[in-house]
Amino acid sequence: MPTSVMPTSIRGGGQLPPAAVSAVGLRKAYGDHTVLDGIDLHIPAGSVFALLGPNGAGKTTAVKILSTLITADGGQAQVAGHSIATSPDSVRAAIGVTGQFSAVDGLITGEENMLLMADLHHLPRREGRRVAAELLERFGLTDAARKPAQSYSGGMKRRLDIAMTLVGGPRIIFLDEPTTGLDPRSRHTMWQIIRELVAVGVTVFLTTQYLEEADQLADRIAVLDGGRIAAEGTAEELKRLIPGGHVRLRFSDPAAYRSAAAALRGTTRDEEALALRIPSDGSQHELYAILGRLDSAGVEADELTVHTPDLDDVFFALTGATVPDQPKETAR
Amino acid sequence: MSSLSLAVRDSSTMLRRNLLHARRYPSLTLNLLLTPIVLLLLFVYIFGDAMSSVIGGGGPDRSAYIAYVVPGLLLMTIGSTVVGTAVSVSNDMTEGIIARFRTMAIHRPSVLVGHVVGSVLQSVMSVVLVGVVAVAIGFRSTDATALEWLAAFGLLVLFATALTWIAVGMGLVSPNAEAASNNATPLILLPLLSSAFTPVDSMPGWFRPIAEYQPFTPAIETLRGLLLGTEIGHSGWLAVAWCVGLAVVGYLWSTAKFGREAK
Repeated sequence: MPTSVMPTSIRGGGQLPPAAVSAVGLRKAYGDHTVLDGIDLHIPAGSVFALLGPNGAGKTTAVKILSTLITADGGQAQVAGHSIATSPDSVRAAIGVTGQFSAVDGLITGEENMLLMADLHHLPRREGRRVAAELLERFGLTDAARKPAQSYSGGMKRRLDIAMTLVGGPRIIFLDEPTTGLDPRSRHTMWQIIRELVAVGVTVFLTTQYLEEADQLADRIAVLDGGRIAAEGTAEELKRLIPGGHVRLRFSDPAAYRSAAAALRGTTRDEEALALRIPSDGSQHELYAILGRLDSAGVEADELTVHTPDLDDVFFALTGATVPDQPKETAR
Repeated sequence: MSSLSLAVRDSSTMLRRNLLHARRYPSLTLNLLLTPIVLLLLFVYIFGDAMSSVIGGGGPDRSAYIAYVVPGLLLMTIGSTVVGTAVSVSNDMTEGIIARFRTMAIHRPSVLVGHVVGSVLQSVMSVVLVGVVAVAIGFRSTDATALEWLAAFGLLVLFATALTWIAVGMGLVSPNAEAASNNATPLILLPLLSSAFTPVDSMPGWFRPIAEYQPFTPAIETLRGLLLGTEIGHSGWLAVAWCVGLAVVGYLWSTAKFGREAK
């Protein structure tokens, strides 16, 4: 199971490092419908934060508020040290936003889109051209630079979108579901792009409904459900919140199945599948103990799988949804 | 950077964007140009004889009617062009890039100013094109001085600016391009209810005040006076007042609408 890329635990230091984004009690309602019901956030500079949640949890609303696109009904937030309510323009000068829906001008070319951003960031003409060319190159868009953006594929549009976001050299980047609708290859390209951003010190605030994505990229993850943060922590911390790790042994010979069941204690039996489930954290030590017992009993399992709780388990446990039927298992 | 130079710089960037759009996709502009040109040919060559007996009081005189109808059609060209503005503003608002602009530290009304300046330039170009057609079929200005030409040009620009700001507001309140086109249609129809094609005196009595005091009639009468030496009277001030009033209302309406947060 992959783990988070670069854990930057904020524990132990005592004092909180400077926050790129902090929010207290953010609220937003449309009419009777409460979208955000008091959100607290503290995102250290230079980290990747993932807001994870199902559709309609309020992720996009949170991004829109923090990126000054809409105003909150209640609560306070600071982005890059500026209040979103009282100095939105200072916030805007420090951030880059790539929304859920393509924010490129489809009628003009990729290059013209980049130069438009350079002009709006008031870069000198020559520098604007240089930055545009560099970013187009970096995102593999040089060949398509002279084509209208509306002719781009989904993945290319997203790359152009992010390239445009980077023109002004933002310190904090908001990415609202950056990989939704992308094919696996484009998704991995996007992940690589995000990792490179973090490597140069940019703070990334991303929303996703993909648990794997949060697990892959984020230092800290907040699970948003029904407008509230249901849990927050590193991927490992969240996984520890719920039990569920076990080793599963499967047999084809009923006799071997019975002797194994006798040799191992505390197992859950699945007579139909001839499978045993032993609670375990999947550590080398515990696996060794299980294998030792099987060896002494002279039985050999046909299949051994280690199941560590993944974010899906956490997600479903926290958001009250039911775990889908097929088990998420990792063969070792 | 001072806020004024920021506003000018961002607005000119947005203008470049809009001109790029217009250059890449000229079909909308050309389509809208067709209406006034077709009307010009229709009224001169088909209805010309009948219409001219109304204005001249005597027999049919097609060339006199060309002189009468051209100023109105030039202003109608502006009305037609700004329908395109309403459509393109409405289209633009559905583009994701507008949300991007809202999260950037730019002069916010520059998005609209870019549309307005671009549209006024297009209006002027369209007016020139229709004017060329008019001259080709026999329109001639009688004894207009350089100053009068300049004033006529200024009036056209002012009128275009006023209608464009109104059209931008219409584009902003329209949920899609079709609605924008429908909402802006009165800007094409209004000239039909003005002194563009027939003198206000020839209309039914109850209707005359409406025709006389709507924005097109004073502008048409002023243009006629400048180019053809007819009586301008109070039309000049009325036209300028209408233009300034519409521009201010359109500007306030549009910027308020655009400033309101997106859902």
